[in-house]
Amino acid sequence: MSLGLYLHRDSPVHAVPAGAKMLALLVAGTGLLFFHSLPIVSAALVATLGLYVLARLRLREVAPVLRLSAFVLGPLLVLHVPLSGWGPALEAMLRLAVLLLLATLVSLTTRASDMLESLERGLRPLARFGLNPTLLGLLLSLTLRFIPLLATWSREIQEAQRVRGLERDPFAVLVPLLVKTLRTADTLADAIDARCFDPEEPS
Amino acid sequence: MKTRDLVHVALFAAIVAALGLMPPLLLPFIPVPITAQTLGVMLSGSTLGARKAGLALLLFHLLVAAGLPLLAGGKGGLAVYPGPTGGFFVGWLPAAFLIGWLTERAWLRLSGPLAFTINVLGGIGVIYAVGIPWLAVSAGLPLTKAALGSLAFVPGDCVKAAVAASVAVTLKRAWPLIQAPRPAAATSPPSSST
Repeated sequence: MSLGLYLHRDSPVHAVPAGAKMLALLVAGTGLLFFHSLPIVSAALVATLGLYVLARLRLREVAPVLRLSAFVLGPLLVLHVPLSGWGPALEAMLRLAVLLLLATLVSLTTRASDMLESLERGLRPLARFGLNPTLLGLLLSLTLRFIPLLATWSREIQEAQRVRGLERDPFAVLVPLLVKTLRTADTLADAIDARCFDPEEPS
Repeated sequence: MKTRDLVHVALFAAIVAALGLMPPLLLPFIPVPITAQTLGVMLSGSTLGARKAGLALLLFHLLVAAGLPLLAGGKGGLAVYPGPTGGFFVGWLPAAFLIGWLTERAWLRLSGPLAFTINVLGGIGVIYAVGIPWLAVSAGLPLTKAALGSLAFVPGDCVKAAVAASVAVTLKRAWPLIQAPRPAAATSPPSSST
């Protein structure tokens, strides 16, 4: 099971550190909200598309990822035109398109592990609230490990409930799933404790 | 926090993600397709309590922000946040926290209707309170239009709140995790003897 949107290339965009890219996205996203003119937003769109070319991403690879955004933009434009007229509608949609394209670009050119790492670094000031990086690493890997497992369990429980004709009853699926998860959590916690993982002390 | 609490946080983040991978729960009388993920948010709150549920959703946010396609329909990455529905997603965190907090307060007399009210307050009230203004700004829509457009999802969310409430009440009997806050516990540090 492969998770993540990353596409590997040798490009200047890929080479920028993850933290810098995420920060740039934040700044660009906030900055763009202050400009309400069509030429500026169009220029931003052209610049963004330029970055895609610079990142050597091919349209064929990017299209499936962007299709989801298009599904949102289309109906919004339809909703928007009768409300505020063509000009503002087009401008709002273009701005949204730039934001979505930029954010997608960051996700496409940065490994999930790099992004998690820089987030981990960015969250380090939170250590005084009891969040230490070793712990965060353990939690993230536990979660990632359990997502496919939980999906499998819920399918199994649905299969089992089908015998009773209850596979569409959310209640009959969720209660066993949660109890099973909580029971596993206890076992897992015992296993972690037995290996002397001390959450209070970074190892 | 004990190891067990940490594992709870990780596993409930995984539950929210797994509910997004699941095919939407099919309910016969609602036209809007219902994704199960907000159900996961409500369940985290009413099963784990405020602190752990908030942390679980924070962990989930980290994973999505890092680019893992864990939202319903395989969405993920930073594009989620500036998008029109980003606010609803961001609202999950305070929603889970509020549901957890209220559930802790109501723990001893938790009943179906009470749990339902709590889940509606957090799962609809908080999420829409963050999501609708976000939608208005992100899509450049007037606030009222954004609110009206979101109304289509209220019936589905009510069904989810009802499901979450009945699951929460059953789980309270089957596997109680939340302890009712003791009167003095609010100020004194947690006792080390367990």
